[in-house]
Amino acid sequence: MVKKKDITNGLPDPSELMEEIIAKYPPKIAKKRKKALVANNPDEGPEIQANVRTIPGIITQRGCTYAGCKGVVLGPTRDIINLVHGPIGCSFYAWLTRRNQTKPAEGEDNFMTYAFSTDMQDENIVFGGEAKLKDAIREAYAIFQPKAIGIFSTCPVGLIGDDVHSVARDMKAELGINIFGFSCEGYRGVSQSAGHHIANNGVFTHVVGNNDRPREGKFQVNLLGEYNIGGDAFELERLFEEAGITLLSTFSGNSTIKSMEYSHTADLNMVMCHRSINYIAEMMEEKYGIPWIKVNFIGAESTAKSLKKCAEYFDDDELTAKVDAIIARETTKVEAIKAKVKPKTEGKLAMMFVGGSRAHHYQDLFRELGVTTVSAGYEFAHRDDYEGRHVIPNIKIDADTRNIEDLTVTKDEELYRGDLAEKKKALLEKGYRFSDYDGMMPEMNKNALVVDDVNHWETEKLIEFYKPDVFCAGIKEKYVVQKYGVPLKQLHSYDYGGPYAGFEGAINFYVEMERMLGTDIWKLVDAPWKHEPEIVGSFAINE
Amino acid sequence: MEPIPMIKDKRSFVSTRNACKLCSPLGASVALKGIEGCVPVIHGSQGCATYIRRYMISHYKEPVDIASSNFSEETTIFGGVQNLKIALKNVINQYRPQAIGIATTCLSETIGEDVNLLLHQIKSELHEASWPALFSVSTPSYQGTHMDGFHATVFEVLKHFTLKMDKLDKINLFPGFVSPADIRHLKEICSDFGLDATVLPDYSTALDNPVWNHYHRIPQGGTPLNEVKTCGGAYASLELGAFCEVRQGGKSDGETVSPAMWLEKEHDVQRFASILPIGVNSCDAFFDKLQKLSGKALPEKYEDERGRLLDAYADGHKYVFGKKAVVYGEEDFVLGLCSFLDEIGIQVVVAASGANTGKLQQKIKEHCPVHADTIKVMSDADFEVINEISHDLKPDIIIGNSKGYYIARNLDIPMVRVGFPIHDRLGGQRILHLGYRGTQNLFDTIANALIDYKQSHSPIGYKYM
Repeated sequence: MVKKKDITNGLPDPSELMEEIIAKYPPKIAKKRKKALVANNPDEGPEIQANVRTIPGIITQRGCTYAGCKGVVLGPTRDIINLVHGPIGCSFYAWLTRRNQTKPAEGEDNFMTYAFSTDMQDENIVFGGEAKLKDAIREAYAIFQPKAIGIFSTCPVGLIGDDVHSVARDMKAELGINIFGFSCEGYRGVSQSAGHHIANNGVFTHVVGNNDRPREGKFQVNLLGEYNIGGDAFELERLFEEAGITLLSTFSGNSTIKSMEYSHTADLNMVMCHRSINYIAEMMEEKYGIPWIKVNFIGAESTAKSLKKCAEYFDDDELTAKVDAIIARETTKVEAIKAKVKPKTEGKLAMMFVGGSRAHHYQDLFRELGVTTVSAGYEFAHRDDYEGRHVIPNIKIDADTRNIEDLTVTKDEELYRGDLAEKKKALLEKGYRFSDYDGMMPEMNKNALVVDDVNHWETEKLIEFYKPDVFCAGIKEKYVVQKYGVPLKQLHSYDYGGPYAGFEGAINFYVEMERMLGTDIWKLVDAPWKHEPEIVGSFAINE
Repeated sequence: MEPIPMIKDKRSFVSTRNACKLCSPLGASVALKGIEGCVPVIHGSQGCATYIRRYMISHYKEPVDIASSNFSEETTIFGGVQNLKIALKNVINQYRPQAIGIATTCLSETIGEDVNLLLHQIKSELHEASWPALFSVSTPSYQGTHMDGFHATVFEVLKHFTLKMDKLDKINLFPGFVSPADIRHLKEICSDFGLDATVLPDYSTALDNPVWNHYHRIPQGGTPLNEVKTCGGAYASLELGAFCEVRQGGKSDGETVSPAMWLEKEHDVQRFASILPIGVNSCDAFFDKLQKLSGKALPEKYEDERGRLLDAYADGHKYVFGKKAVVYGEEDFVLGLCSFLDEIGIQVVVAASGANTGKLQQKIKEHCPVHADTIKVMSDADFEVINEISHDLKPDIIIGNSKGYYIARNLDIPMVRVGFPIHDRLGGQRILHLGYRGTQNLFDTIANALIDYKQSHSPIGYKYM
């Protein structure tokens, strides 16, 4: 078995490793990649390069703008017909791929099991696809009578001049239901991140605020950036319900369009995945005065902290007591499992390269198990997700960023919650933090190697250097990493397990890590005969 | 804008709900993985490479490296030559490949990129010490299905590499889009007949690797380019499948030709064709051709396999006879399976494919003598159409890839997974479909699925079934 790095006196200085990685690149690429690899120093807050285009020919984890818009943000919406306008592949590939779950009530619409496509053919590319798109919308309406239809543009759509927005307007007038388009052509941005932004803009413009429903709960919140992969949202819904917190809407795990329509009547927005959804949080605050806080429900301690933060915001004795009781009860359950698992996981090393927040959030779970994260990075995040939101004013605006519209949002004089703005002001004075996210790096160890948009070559070198016990990424990386004899945990699809959020989720993850880190299967990879010295010369010839 | 009157959809639905087909560049990527030392590059948006990798990896459970030229908005306006240049340079630098196959996408095709021209330009501008072989294949995803991309790639590889030469003592075998296990078996069969066969493509290793002692950036295996060069010297080609024709000149109504047809025309290589050898009848025809090609009698091993298969047909007859099946997937897979099911007495009630070559009905009639008149053949079908008709026809079993699982679940009937993609079971890449041995595997699996269903739905816990 490989000899592990000794990290009792802190993580090793990765400078040599970084140099070795960079040395292989041609000068221009070396210059670019150098800025995306940073030896962490939480005291100094070093700068990292993020959200810049992947170099062609370098195999990336990243997907496209369409994937971020249709696949990530709108994918989990069950009662919007998500119609993909384009050739067949794009819709097929995003067909329930992310394992978002949803729980419609009896008789309620659920279109998530479908992959709708206009399946553009030669003639649609040559003569234009708007007519077919309109017919497809009419057909979808005739068959399903949905409340809303979203249209997603794939690469050729913008090029051939199909105007999905005007089609949406026309069809909205014709059919009388909410229909909206997204210009999320795959080439538009650096990664799926551009698609998140486009989705945020579209949902905010066309859905949020359509229903000024009177309030139904004492404490009304939205959970933003939680996509109910493996049933995560169900576990969180359970906790909120018990605490007496009314979860108006989740963007977008287990959501309905109706819930999004009245989401602007919330008292607080809680942001899970900062990268994919912070835009809506910001816009809702500007327009309706709803403050937002960053939360993390991955990890038992983080869950407890986030619940407490929510209770603190509402500052209600009954709520606080309930939240405390839930935390106490759940923590007992969690601790019992942790006590069993931790001795087997303590001291192990992990790496994670995933998402726009998962690579950060999961470090909390691993910390609870005594596992050190030696290296991490995001697939499609921006500098603020690494370094914290304070760097936003200093982020260089490049052509790709300019490409995505920043909506100008103005205060809704009628609905603006002046009371919440006041509440925020008072709480800020007490040190409560709003609209804030410190990012991944301040919470990581000194000398941990942070890598944005990691590629194969870098992965290879990282594994060689750190010899991690577990590597977290996605399906595309799984078998590459496992060929090196290191188990890979998928943090996109959870390796078809989960939930991992909340307290029950933490327990699931502990048990999963007990299996993964405790298995002897990897020892079989190295067959014993490969290690035995060759028997050359063992025949002694007596002379 | 009113619908353009000249465009008439052939199908009753405008939109596709749950497609029973994948896009052309995916087929190209699979085929390119079967060329030794070849790295595929997808010329288009990076999402195409990512999605296709994601899909192939979840089926094959192997590393699948596919590079991309990562189009940006600017690239779509000014063309992709700069991006392609950088992509090629980086692929060469990282992988030292023997070949790079470039597949286009709907994006690069829509802006009218002529990749061959670009490759000339790049080669003249960039002075690499040694260039790997570069070739391109046009795979716009608004034309046909993944099978068009697959066969077009095989065709382009041949066209690019094959040389005029004197006849050699070898044959070409075009297996079609079958599993790595199938390709391994076909190679074994050829070897047992003493045939020197170039199998194109051969991803039997690259998409089904063992564990490695050290990492291979390009997985081992694949059809060696040197062998592709001599395909024109073969004395015969054996083409598996009835739907291997590639349209010429990018027009949907243009002339079509299959790789083996082209070799016959251009290089005078005699073409033998067989549908996928599934079932005794198709296998007999296939092995008969091998006997003719090799001049050797059927090796005893296969005689035994055939005998055991027939023995199993007799043993299992009572479980399968008269059962109704829904079959879907690629046209060649559907045809092969239907001919097998027809001979064991399973009535195929629906034979569906997302492809639309217009020939499936006729081919099924030819190869399913028993039930030809009662099989509902559906071309250009999507899963929802299959789902709806399945509810009316009440099948006993569903046979196809993982994507139709929900139909089996809705109907509460057993499902047997074959073909691609299979991402809700292990070992999709190791499913053997072809030959007497593959048929045996399918027969046992299908019979056992029916038995299992009967047993688990029986109020009595029978141990004998």
